[in-house]
Amino acid sequence: MRVSILITIAWLFLATMLPATHVSHAAEVKGEEHAVLTAAPSVPPLITRKHSTKVIVELEVRERVGTIAEGVEYTFWTFGGTVPGRFIRVREGDQVEFHLKNHPDNKVPHNIDLHAVTGPGGGATSSFTPPGHESIFSFAALNPGLYVYHCATAPVGMHIANGMYGLILVDSKKGLPKVDREYYVMQGDFYTVGSNGDTGLQTFSMEKALREDAEYVVFNGSVGALTGDHALQAEVGETVRLYVGNGGPNLVSSFHVIGEIFDEVRIEAGDAINRNVQTTLVPAGGAAIVDFKVDVPGTFILVDHSIFRAFNKGALGMLKVTGKPNTAVYSGQQDQRIYLPEGGAVQTTPEPAPKPKLAANKAERIEMGRGAYQTNCVACHQADGQGIAGAFPPLAKSDYLNADVNRAIDTVLSGLQGEITVNGEPYNNVMPSLGLSDEKIANILTYVLNSWDNDGGEVSPAQVSKRRKK
Amino acid sequence: MKLLSAGWLILGTLSAFGAGAASREMSEIPGGVYRPQYGTKDEQVEVESFVLDNYAVTNADYLEFVTENPRWRKSQTPQIFADAAYLKHWIADLDPGPDSGPEGMSPVTNVSWFAARAYCRWSGSRLPTLAEWEFAARASESKPDAIGDVDFRQRILDWYAKPAKPPLPKVTDGFINVYGVTGLHGLVWEWVSDWNSVLLTGESRVDAGLERQLFCAGASAGSADPSDYAAFLRFAMRASLQADYAVGNLGFRCAKDRSPN
Repeated sequence: MRVSILITIAWLFLATMLPATHVSHAAEVKGEEHAVLTAAPSVPPLITRKHSTKVIVELEVRERVGTIAEGVEYTFWTFGGTVPGRFIRVREGDQVEFHLKNHPDNKVPHNIDLHAVTGPGGGATSSFTPPGHESIFSFAALNPGLYVYHCATAPVGMHIANGMYGLILVDSKKGLPKVDREYYVMQGDFYTVGSNGDTGLQTFSMEKALREDAEYVVFNGSVGALTGDHALQAEVGETVRLYVGNGGPNLVSSFHVIGEIFDEVRIEAGDAINRNVQTTLVPAGGAAIVDFKVDVPGTFILVDHSIFRAFNKGALGMLKVTGKPNTAVYSGQQDQRIYLPEGGAVQTTPEPAPKPKLAANKAERIEMGRGAYQTNCVACHQADGQGIAGAFPPLAKSDYLNADVNRAIDTVLSGLQGEITVNGEPYNNVMPSLGLSDEKIANILTYVLNSWDNDGGEVSPAQVSKRRKK
Repeated sequence: MKLLSAGWLILGTLSAFGAGAASREMSEIPGGVYRPQYGTKDEQVEVESFVLDNYAVTNADYLEFVTENPRWRKSQTPQIFADAAYLKHWIADLDPGPDSGPEGMSPVTNVSWFAARAYCRWSGSRLPTLAEWEFAARASESKPDAIGDVDFRQRILDWYAKPAKPPLPKVTDGFINVYGVTGLHGLVWEWVSDWNSVLLTGESRVDAGLERQLFCAGASAGSADPSDYAAFLRFAMRASLQADYAVGNLGFRCAKDRSPN
């Protein structure tokens, strides 16, 4: 008993003697405010106050069905109703009182691990909450930086794979340099039972998640979340800051903006600044802050430069910059000329080339067309003429093809560019002219017309020749 | 006179639901041995033969219970036995309302462990143990242990992954497993008598300290089956509970020891 009293006295004595920095944290905190939380790509307003305060953050977990790609639904588990979760902004030295609410209609318990927290589990130990309940815990925002937060309830991987991640920015006391635009971009990989593009409500595939075989890799929770009308906006001459996070659960992002160089990257969202960066790595469960000035107008494409993810799995966004062109920085196309490496003269070969075999009848034409199709067409239009949804139109049972044979000939002869509608789906891509002979074009088209439920018929070399002369 | 009319009212409500506990059917689960999700590689749990309700307890069943046991009515039950969400989907003490499903046949939820235990006692039975429940829940339509079956596992996971809004489906919906029991998966979470016997902290990843075989419950190489995500979800759910908690997707069914004959 006496010993414990002595210890207490000694402790009190020591506490009063300790340097102020050790215990002063709470003393500096003035007032109280509720955090403004924003859904991506928006970022909460700049913090202008110059003192620490108590910030109350109220975040509600919702399990809800949303769209991951056109026609494809997925049950997302969300912090605040969206993937990624709400962006939280506080200031270094703030005392954060965190309220985690688990909506009563939810199926499973959740918690939150904020990488900005110094303490066991990053808050996860104090926020384990069954549906219909709310947990409260507090932490001091000791270290400035941009931090990932995520759910850490078993099975952790599944909670993250379902979209339970977001970013919390702890502004330094000094603050980051001022910019004109701030955006919130966060990558995530998704594992659906169906393949990429399979429509309807898709469920989580633990098999694929374990194999790290993502069907979708996306920015801001869905394919197209940052394209078209949802593209990020800026004007020529402005500085843009992207708060880039990566929720994972599995993949590391090679974050790149096509046509821009990052003037400054806060590497891994820490203090180190790298300049003139083309591609920056954003680890799963990590972040980066990238700043750049937009000098010329145009559409700049945000990608994970592990490039199949961008063009085939969804990791593609857009930044649309409007304003006056600056030809000194970027000229645009100035000219396009014929390029003949051996000079302009007519090429002759020492020996006459062997005459190609010509098709004698329709059956032969189809057979030879099959071979030529395999060499020239199959890469885009695929083995069974099914094309690739969203990129290359189908030739199988194709209304566009069957409607007009001459148009089909012209397309193979000269290529095609711009938007067309095939079997009700819009396509906007470029098909190059393939430089094939009249005979080959006739064979290919006859083969295609007589395959895959198309209308049949025969195209002759003479027909092609006639179109060529037009 | 007043009392009498109240009595009539209650009877009226009851008959509206008809079935009630009269619909009770139970199946025998022959005992056996299984390897629990949370245990060492060699650990086996032995389950003795027991009898389990074929269906989760319905709102209609529960109405009979609170009618006979006024202290378990939502306005009467002390908060230490059931939190503020207790029977929150009911309109009144003796009116389960539309969120209880057609004829009150949705599983009763928003009931605490104390309440579930009291119900089972009242009905001459008890809550199943964790081991009993998990053992019975390994069964698919065709075999007693389908946990290794990827499709079976994915089906369970699919339910866990989808939010459910009231009214919940009827307890008779869903597949009948090989023992004759319906709805162990795909309906609601269910209380068990010793739900808190597996000690997990809220922080799944440090549970290694409690259960040395486990690290990061979500992908713990030391668990019985690290890819059985459905089991992890159940254990996480149980670990998040306290005995007075009433949760919208959490119901129960009762069990009995097998009679000696």
